[in-house]
Amino acid sequence: MIRADKLTFDYERLDEEGKVESVKRAVDHVSLDIKAGEFIAILGHNGSGKSTLAKHMNAILVPTEGILWVDGMDTKDEDKLWDIRQDTGMVFQNPDNQIIGTVVEEDVGFGPENLGVPTDEIWKRVEESLSAVGMLKYRHHSPNKLSGGQKQRVAIAGVMAMHPRCIVLDEPTAMLDPNGRRSVIRTAQKLNREERITVILITHYMEEVIEADCVFVMDGGKVVMQGTPKEIFSQVEELKRLRLDVPQATLLAYELQKKGIPLPDGILSNEELVDELCRLKLKM
Amino acid sequence: MSIKIKNVNYTYAEGTAYEMHALKDINLEIPDGQFVGLIGHTGSGKSTLVQHLNGLIHATGGRIYFNGRDIYGENFSMKELRSKVGLVFQYPEHQLFEIDVLTDVSFGPKNLGFPEAEEKAKEALRMVGMGEEYYRRSPFELSGGQKRRVAIAGVLAMEPQMLILDEPTAGLDPKGRDEILDQISRLQKERGITVVLVSHSMEDVARYVDRIIVMNQGQVRFDGTPKEVFRHFRELEEIGLAAPQVTYLMQELKEKGADVDTDATTVEEAADAIENWLRK
Repeated sequence: MIRADKLTFDYERLDEEGKVESVKRAVDHVSLDIKAGEFIAILGHNGSGKSTLAKHMNAILVPTEGILWVDGMDTKDEDKLWDIRQDTGMVFQNPDNQIIGTVVEEDVGFGPENLGVPTDEIWKRVEESLSAVGMLKYRHHSPNKLSGGQKQRVAIAGVMAMHPRCIVLDEPTAMLDPNGRRSVIRTAQKLNREERITVILITHYMEEVIEADCVFVMDGGKVVMQGTPKEIFSQVEELKRLRLDVPQATLLAYELQKKGIPLPDGILSNEELVDELCRLKLKM
Repeated sequence: MSIKIKNVNYTYAEGTAYEMHALKDINLEIPDGQFVGLIGHTGSGKSTLVQHLNGLIHATGGRIYFNGRDIYGENFSMKELRSKVGLVFQYPEHQLFEIDVLTDVSFGPKNLGFPEAEEKAKEALRMVGMGEEYYRRSPFELSGGQKRRVAIAGVLAMEPQMLILDEPTAGLDPKGRDEILDQISRLQKERGITVVLVSHSMEDVARYVDRIIVMNQGQVRFDGTPKEVFRHFRELEEIGLAAPQVTYLMQELKEKGADVDTDATTVEEAADAIENWLRK
C-alpha cells in the first residue's frame, strides 16, 4: 500500500534573497513497507520527523531524496497527484481547522463533489461515511455545535466519503477529552477491521497503539524501532530515553518487576496484568 | 492568594436566541498555595470559569473575592488582578511574537512597568529550564515543547500569585509533558503560588494535584482529593470523563476477589498496593 525507499526530506531555510541559508534534515533515509489493511502506529517525540513523514503519504510533501510509492504510484509523479490524494486521506490535530461546511452532511460531501462524483452517489457516500463513524444522526447539525471528538469523526467521514484505501491520522486526539479520544480511536479501529482501510496513526498517547499491527518509533528523522506493540513496549528504558512512555499497565508491571515480582515483559493491558497477578497469587 | 467564588452565574448572549447558561450558581474557595486540577468534558464550563478568575469574563450574577476583596467592587483594579492571576491559554506558543526569546518574555513585566523587567524575564526562563543560550534565539526556531515553556515563562515573568494553565501539555510528547508539569509542580512548592491546571489527562491530574474540581453542564459535580474524586469513576464516565488506567486495574483485581486497596490513582500507589496484597 505504502512503500518508502530511503526517503529523505530536508526543510530549506531561505535568506532574504531567496538563497538557501540552512538545511534541516527532517526525515533521514526511511525505508518502510506498509501492507494494505494494516493498522500502523508511528511514535516519536516532538520534532522526530513523524508528521513530515506522514505528509509524504498523500504528497503534501515530496521526498528530497528517495522514493515513496502509494499503491504503486510515485508521489513525485504530478499526473498521479489527485489519485494519490484520493487514495490516502489525512486527518489532522485541530478539529476546528478541518471543517468547512456549515452543515455536517455538506462538509462530508465536499470531497466527493470536488472529485466530480454524481449527486446521487455523493448522498449515498455521505450516508455511508457518517454511519461508519457513528455520526449519521448529526447530519443536519451545524459542525460548530459539535464536541471535539464529534468534529474529528466528521473530519474522518469527510475523508471516508472519498473512498480512500488508507487514512493517515496525525495526532487526531491531542485536543480531545477522554470520551472524544475513545470515540475517535474506536472509529479508526472499526474502519480498519470492517472496511479494511489501512490506518496510519500518529500519536503521543501510548494506550492508543496497543492494538496496532505494527509500531514504528522515530527519532532524529530515522525509524529507530519497529515491531509489534508487545515488542516495542517491552523496552521501557529505551522508550523513555526517546522521550516516550509506555501504557500505564505496562509501566505498573515494570515497577512491580523492579520490586522483585516475577511478571513477564510486554504486558499491555489491564486484563493481561490482572490475569498474571491472579495467577501469581495462587502460586504463593 | 485565595479566591472565593460566590453564587457565580454566567449566561452567554443573554436575551438572544443563542442564550446559553454556561455557569450555574458556582460556589468555590481556592486557598493560598493549592494545586487544583479542573476537569470536565469539552463544553462543561471549565474555560468559562477560569476566565472569570482574572476578570476576562464578568459574571452575569454573583461575586468573586480576591484575597477577600470583591473584584467587581468600585475601587478594585482589574489591571492589578490580571497581573496577579496569570492565565496561560491553550497553545500559548501561538502568542509568541517578539524577535528573540528574552525580549518576548520581558514584554509582560515591561508592560506592567516593573523596573527590572529583564531580570524578571531571566528568572522566569530559568524557572522553566531555558538557559542563557536561548535568550537571543528567535522563538519561532524552537521545538514545540520549548516554545510552550517560553510562553509559560512570559506569564511567570509577571510574577503572578496564581497561575492558571489551560491544557498546557496538549500535543507534547510524554517527556515534554512530564517536564512542564514537573516544573509547574516545583514552582507551586517553592514559591507557594496557587496553580489551577485545566486538563484532559486524568493520569496527569492524579499525579500532580492536591484537589480535583469536576465540572459538568456548568456546575461543580465533584470536588475533593484525587482519591475521593476517582472513586466515582462510573459517574465520571457518564459525564464523558474517566479515571486513570490504574484505578480501573485495581477495580478489576478486586472484582476477581483480590483483597486490595482500590484507592490507588498513580502507578506508584498501585505498585505498593499490589505488592502488599501479594506478600500478604
